[in-house]
Amino acid sequence: MPHRADTLESEYDVVVVGGGTAGPMAAIKAKERNPALRVLLLDKAHVKRSGAISMGMDGLNNAVVPGYATPEQYTKEITIANDGIVNQATVYAYARHSFTTIEELDRWGVKFEKDANGDYAMRKVHHMGTYVLPMPEGHDVKKVLYRQLKRARVEITNRIIATRLLTAADGSVNGVMGFDSRTAAFHVIRAKAVVLACGAAGRLGLPASGYLMGTYENPTNAGDGYVMAYHAGAELANLECYQINPLIKDYNGPACAYVAGPMGGYTANNRGERFIECDYWSGQMMLEFYQELQGGNGPVFLKLNHLAEETIQTIETILHSNERPSRGQFHAGRGTDYRRQMVEMHISEIGFCSGHSASGVYVNERAETSVPGLYAAGDMAAVPHNYMLGAFTYGWFAGHSAAERASSLDFSAVDAEQVARERARIYAPLLRDHGLPALQVEYKLRRFVNDYLQPPKVTRKYEIALDRFAEIGEDLEHLHAADAHELMRCAEASVIRDCAEMAARASLFRTESRWGLYHLRVDYPERNDAEWFCHAHLKKDESGRMSHFKRPVEPYIVPIAEQEKDAYDRLRVAPKTSPEKTAATV
Amino acid sequence: MAFQPRSIAQLSEAAVTVDLDKCIAHKGCTVCIDVCPMDILDIDPQTGKAFMKRDECWYCLPCQKDCPTGAIHVAIPYLLR
Ligand SMILES: Cc1cc2nc3c(=O)[nH]c(=O)nc-3n(C[C@H](O)[C@H](O)[C@H](O)COP(=O)(O)OP(=O)(O)OC[C@H]3O[C@@H](n4cnc5c(N)ncnc54)[C@H](O)[C@@H]3O)c2cc1C
Ligand code: SF4
Ligand code: SF4
Repeated sequence: MPHRADTLESEYDVVVVGGGTAGPMAAIKAKERNPALRVLLLDKAHVKRSGAISMGMDGLNNAVVPGYATPEQYTKEITIANDGIVNQATVYAYARHSFTTIEELDRWGVKFEKDANGDYAMRKVHHMGTYVLPMPEGHDVKKVLYRQLKRARVEITNRIIATRLLTAADGSVNGVMGFDSRTAAFHVIRAKAVVLACGAAGRLGLPASGYLMGTYENPTNAGDGYVMAYHAGAELANLECYQINPLIKDYNGPACAYVAGPMGGYTANNRGERFIECDYWSGQMMLEFYQELQGGNGPVFLKLNHLAEETIQTIETILHSNERPSRGQFHAGRGTDYRRQMVEMHISEIGFCSGHSASGVYVNERAETSVPGLYAAGDMAAVPHNYMLGAFTYGWFAGHSAAERASSLDFSAVDAEQVARERARIYAPLLRDHGLPALQVEYKLRRFVNDYLQPPKVTRKYEIALDRFAEIGEDLEHLHAADAHELMRCAEASVIRDCAEMAARASLFRTESRWGLYHLRVDYPERNDAEWFCHAHLKKDESGRMSHFKRPVEPYIVPIAEQEKDAYDRLRVAPKTSPEKTAATV
Repeated sequence: MAFQPRSIAQLSEAAVTVDLDKCIAHKGCTVCIDVCPMDILDIDPQTGKAFMKRDECWYCLPCQKDCPTGAIHVAIPYLLR
């Protein structure tokens, strides 16, 4: 077993960090593009069962299938759902490739729902178009991917947590550093191209239950990808556009209106009434949810108890066996039966995730970040509402782009100073004989995130948050780890702190409100298109400080008509009874 | 003498439990330990069987689903139950 003093050096043409959804696809496609390349897939967990889809998935949320939607319609819908702030080229590239990705997954053995004619059984959930393709037998996705990884002869290393990227003299990325979460051995991996696919920043806010790992996202995804990209000099886009989800209270998993919606289930207030027309997750939808709570009509529920027995059984089979199979046990423990009770929901803690929302590491339509040699895909890369199919598709793009670079390039020299600095930073908690436990620091940090950053956003609270996060930064210098596993939690605490600071500073920069609840600023309650119809990027500048700047929204490929622009602002169901009448009957 | 820094452990109910009669870890099985994304399972040196070592479970179930003998059970962690 390597001692922690060991540094293990290796060399690969392409290194993919994160073997969840986008990562395996990137590795397979890099190998396909150039089979002569040596491709390494690295994961903090075990690729067989890692990431958001570790147990499978209930369906594709954003499938663009010929006959149901066109790439142009999809691009338009996503543009409107994001208040216009999108690089349409990235969304359009996804939409055009979406069906090719589905066909590839189908060929590999992923099971999608089909009708009697063998056509994909599409469902409507979005406000405008039809994009949901159910996967009632979606529990085998990881198995299918693993088989393809083996077939493509991708090398896999599990239980390595990547912590920083290496950069060459010209600023390009030329390697990855990290350590083994069981032995603590330090790894320096040289590479010609690196793909980051580390998932969402899922451990930013603290779940209301107070349980650290009771997150919506797989808690392995602490935000590592955002922070590695940031420290390598990459630009991050629109981080103030948070991820906030409507979830089952306490369980903190998806209520799954996408599954239940097409079968007649819906989100309801405490009178069992529908108050939003469309259950598709967006900032505007979350704002309606929030207002329903503020108006005294909460809690909000998932309502299924009006449905036929047969329908409820179908819903149960899907929801209790695929992506979060412990859900049935949770409901049983609380005595919740879909036939009788509505399912209590709540508003989740904050995170970053372009899979469901829009922000992350800036990428173009080839999955290139702003740093040469660095590619990003999946939840951490800023392609709005990309979900699982977008992660696969951008993984595909990243694999091809990385392979092309690696095929035409030599290894560049590794900077020994960067290695020494990172080794010292990572190992410090192991070398102290006492100090603060990582999970306790994480708890306090994430409680501050809730206290100060949870929208509505108040300027003064955000300023205080920055002071608190700076103090946590000092606490990180006093962490103690007794073993390699605790060392991993120490590294993650530092990741979460950096993400928290990015969330706060990005939110302060954009002095307007946009994206519904995601960026609702009390001191700037209006949307201000004159000054803020633009992307807001941040990066680490030459002096090591976080700098912010505007980037113009790229020219649209698919024009949006004036009367369509605010379609997502009209989600609220028109009240059936007048307020006086309601008061009289109560 | 200066004040001595110390740490104290907080107790949690283990949400993940193992049936020692069914677990075949002593025959070399490490399936649950391998697949757990949070890496919180290990072999208990006292019993030679799998056990929950850390209170960091996502109640995601790969361990339970992949165990060849049905020896491991995941309950919803107490704080959420
Ligand atoms: C509960 C839930 C339900 C969902 N339901 C749906 C749905 O029904 N339909 C749909 O289309 N989408 C759904 N999504 C979204 C979809 O699953 C994600 O958008 C997609 O899987 C993200 O893929 P990814 O590759 O970016 O991240 P992941 O698949 O999460 O992979 C990230 C990987 O990075 C690894 N990693 C993280 N940090 C490091 C590090 N420092 N070093 C090494 N490795 C690291 C992790 O271990 C993990 O394997 C759901 C998501 C969740 C969480
Ligand atoms: S997978 Fe099952 S049998 Fe194997 S070590 Fe774990 S609990 Fe024991
Ligand atoms: S439920 Fe998931 S996190 Fe918990 S022990 Fe099993 S595999 Fe690990």
